[in-house]
Amino acid sequence: MPGPTIDLSIYADEAALLAALRRHDPDACTCLVKRFAPLVYARALRLTGDPDEAESVLQSTFIKVCDALPGFDGASSLGTWIYRIATNEGLMVLRRRKPQIALDDVADNLHPEEVPHQFQAWSHDPQRLALDGELRAQIERAIAALPEQLRVVVLLRDVEGLSTEETAAQLGISPGAVKVRLHRARLRLREALADYLAARSEEHA
Amino acid sequence: MTHAAHSHDLQRCRELVAQLNDYLDGELPADLCAELEHHLADCPDCQVVLDTLGQTVRILHHLDEAPPPALPADLEARLLARLRAG
Repeated sequence: MPGPTIDLSIYADEAALLAALRRHDPDACTCLVKRFAPLVYARALRLTGDPDEAESVLQSTFIKVCDALPGFDGASSLGTWIYRIATNEGLMVLRRRKPQIALDDVADNLHPEEVPHQFQAWSHDPQRLALDGELRAQIERAIAALPEQLRVVVLLRDVEGLSTEETAAQLGISPGAVKVRLHRARLRLREALADYLAARSEEHA
Repeated sequence: MTHAAHSHDLQRCRELVAQLNDYLDGELPADLCAELEHHLADCPDCQVVLDTLGQTVRILHHLDEAPPPALPADLEARLLARLRAG
């Protein structure tokens, strides 16, 4: 069954959307979901790597959002607030899983996947490339292939924009461990993107 | 392409790789920055690794700026039904 179709522009203004949500206007709830659920789900899917768990994160996030709306003080934007709740819900799902085998956090001891093998320059503007569908698919695949403990750190730090200290607090690890895992994750992603981007820069040379 | 094309000690390059992240994030102490920059000036391979690592980070920073895929319709319907059930 296709989802309801509504005119999203009716609550283009965040204050108007909040007011409508607080008076339990059903269209406002649909509008909230249409506007914020796609990114909540995309991030939950990246974090968990599992569609069922991602849907569970999506549902619990919006239930919490609706419950907490009366107390939302508008100190951050609605989106920032919702995505923060979603991150917490996603991390809770990960914590409920079986414990992972501990990573070796010794910085000098890079795994073979992390030792640079590609030394060819990329010549494209990365900001433009972020909008390139094929590159997005490449990076999403590379993120999905990371071990969970590296994936979570790079998602929180580089994609969701948390600080080293915030990431450490969320994961219950030291800031030093965050830095080491971030470095290892970035090196693996660089290596995974290198084949694709170095080939493209040759094409466009 | 292999790293051995240059006369540098591969072990030295590997040691410096461990510092690239702190350098990119502006968290490497000044003396180590100077040492790293000295090496980079003379090692094209490490320079490429630094540049492409920086580009990788920028791609990640901009990843969520493009609109995410629409929510699958059945998933959206289940979410709305759940929220309306209260």
